[in-house]
Amino acid sequence: MASPEDTPVGRRLQLVKHIIIVCSGKGGVGKSSVSTQLALCLRATSPTARVGILDVDLTGPSIPRMLGLDSHPVHQSSDGWVPVYADGSEARLSCMSVGFLLKRKEDSVVWRGPKKNAMIRQFLSDVRWGELDYLVIDTPPGTSDEHLSLVEHMAPVRSRISAVIVTTPQAVALLDAMKCLSFTRATSIPVLGLVENMSGYVCPCCGEITNVFSTEGGEEMARREGLQFLGSLPVDTELVSLLDAAEPDDQASNAVLAEGGSPHSFRLLELYEKTSTAPLFRAIVERIMNGLSAAESRE
Amino acid sequence: MIAVQQATPIPDPLSVPANAPEHCPGTESELAGKADACAGCANQEICASGVAKGPDPALPFVRERMSTVKRKILVLSGKGGVGKSTFTAQLGWAFAADETLQTGIMDVDICGPSIPTILGIASEQVHASSSGWSPVYVQDNLGVMSVGFMLPSSKDAVMWRGPKKNGLISQFLKDVDWGELDYLVIDTPPGTSDEHLSIVTYLKESGIDGAVVITTPQEVALQDVRREIDFCRKVGIPVIGLVENMSGFVCPSCKHESQIFKPSTGGGRRLAQDMGVDFLGAVPLDPRIGKSADYGVSFLDEYPDSPASIAYLDIIDKIRLKLGD
Repeated sequence: MASPEDTPVGRRLQLVKHIIIVCSGKGGVGKSSVSTQLALCLRATSPTARVGILDVDLTGPSIPRMLGLDSHPVHQSSDGWVPVYADGSEARLSCMSVGFLLKRKEDSVVWRGPKKNAMIRQFLSDVRWGELDYLVIDTPPGTSDEHLSLVEHMAPVRSRISAVIVTTPQAVALLDAMKCLSFTRATSIPVLGLVENMSGYVCPCCGEITNVFSTEGGEEMARREGLQFLGSLPVDTELVSLLDAAEPDDQASNAVLAEGGSPHSFRLLELYEKTSTAPLFRAIVERIMNGLSAAESRE
Repeated sequence: MIAVQQATPIPDPLSVPANAPEHCPGTESELAGKADACAGCANQEICASGVAKGPDPALPFVRERMSTVKRKILVLSGKGGVGKSTFTAQLGWAFAADETLQTGIMDVDICGPSIPTILGIASEQVHASSSGWSPVYVQDNLGVMSVGFMLPSSKDAVMWRGPKKNGLISQFLKDVDWGELDYLVIDTPPGTSDEHLSIVTYLKESGIDGAVVITTPQEVALQDVRREIDFCRKVGIPVIGLVENMSGFVCPSCKHESQIFKPSTGGGRRLAQDMGVDFLGAVPLDPRIGKSADYGVSFLDEYPDSPASIAYLDIIDKIRLKLGD
């Protein structure tokens, strides 16, 4: 009789130590930017750390753009799809998104649930993830097909899944974050904590801090719901521009970089570490790692 | 009146359907009766035979109900959190400012309904009567329908797959007693998936007057918006125009304007040009917009002097003009 681990997804994710789902309920609060930063920071935690990032936002994939990997193709191998490596030959940051499968950037993916479900299953079972310390999964807004499919297909690796919830401080976003929390509770996924994004904006001219989207709502919600508050991140225009700038260099060098090692992603990490958000995020990652090891020791 | 003979009970979004398997692909789907989930379903044979594939039985009821609605406007954006619901609310309020007009707002974001909070009617409930479900009225001439009114608590998550969302959207269109409406503004969730396909399918016969597409200036948002415009073209919805939200921020202390979300690739204006759609205007970021939404008050009424209000009203005028009203 087959063991519960013995599904294509279970086999493929056998060597993945931790799976972190980044979710929010509300759109545009910074799930993808938090996922990207989380992957970058986790990769930087040790010189051998291997991180994967899977973008299951099928109708609005943003991860390729943020990692500067727009229009990279996905290759097939005898052992499944080869993920796109954001750091070239070092191959410690692998990435998969529906964005890599689209021919033109304005192509829309107009799919109903069953097709999305099939795509997610393929992302989990057909991609050659290999041995990973962390697999970060970026999700679309809401609590619907993509989320249910994820939880269902990953049932064989359940014990290794946890979630990070991202919100912004205003009431409208917190409401959706609560729904997201209800979802994790209904599916019994442990929540590592809550990140409050876009909390305040520093005027580049006079240094005055404006709470563009109100403030402290996230911390308050974490306290009320008994969640670990992982930290708040102010709006950082430098970071916005960094993650928004597609190909960092000129187009020509990009074609060359696609071939061999792309020195760019080290550049992405280097540039990222210079932003004012990076030290704040490192503290968040530290709390996440503490949470993961605490969960491990409980087992 | 054939549409609704008796009160249709208001569904409990948290209930699990009794007779559909969890992954029912929907009777319209090509996989109907053939998907893994169909094994063991009582309706499998009917679905597989293709009989159920005909037009959705709800369509004539939707057409009947929508025959008294003059203008149907979709508010779309591929990206989340760019201000679709806020814009929908402002549009609704602005239309309703004219007392001779009847306006409806329909929120088809099933998993993250924000409209009730933004309009300040979060604690209201929907009531069923013999003529259908009564919308919740913000004022005499502004009725609203959202799944948010049907949940026992705002914390509850609606964990639904596509076919159930499709079912609720058809009910919003056929079972809600909208009455005579001059405008029906439809707020959508981000993406191009079930909700969008459903609304387009159901309103195909009655006709959608157009879509207002919302974006923010940065490329990550524009990417998704390009896809949304592509979607509109694929399904044949006319695009009324593009609105750029959160465009520039004026520091309340030094009055200096800065770009929070830099238009690294030319922003909405450039995108509108490239895709051949009208650019309706740019709304600057005003922290009071978010505050008003949290408190459920009309930003246009509270802060008529804000540059954002002026931009909103200017855009709304352009929309009216384009619709020919």
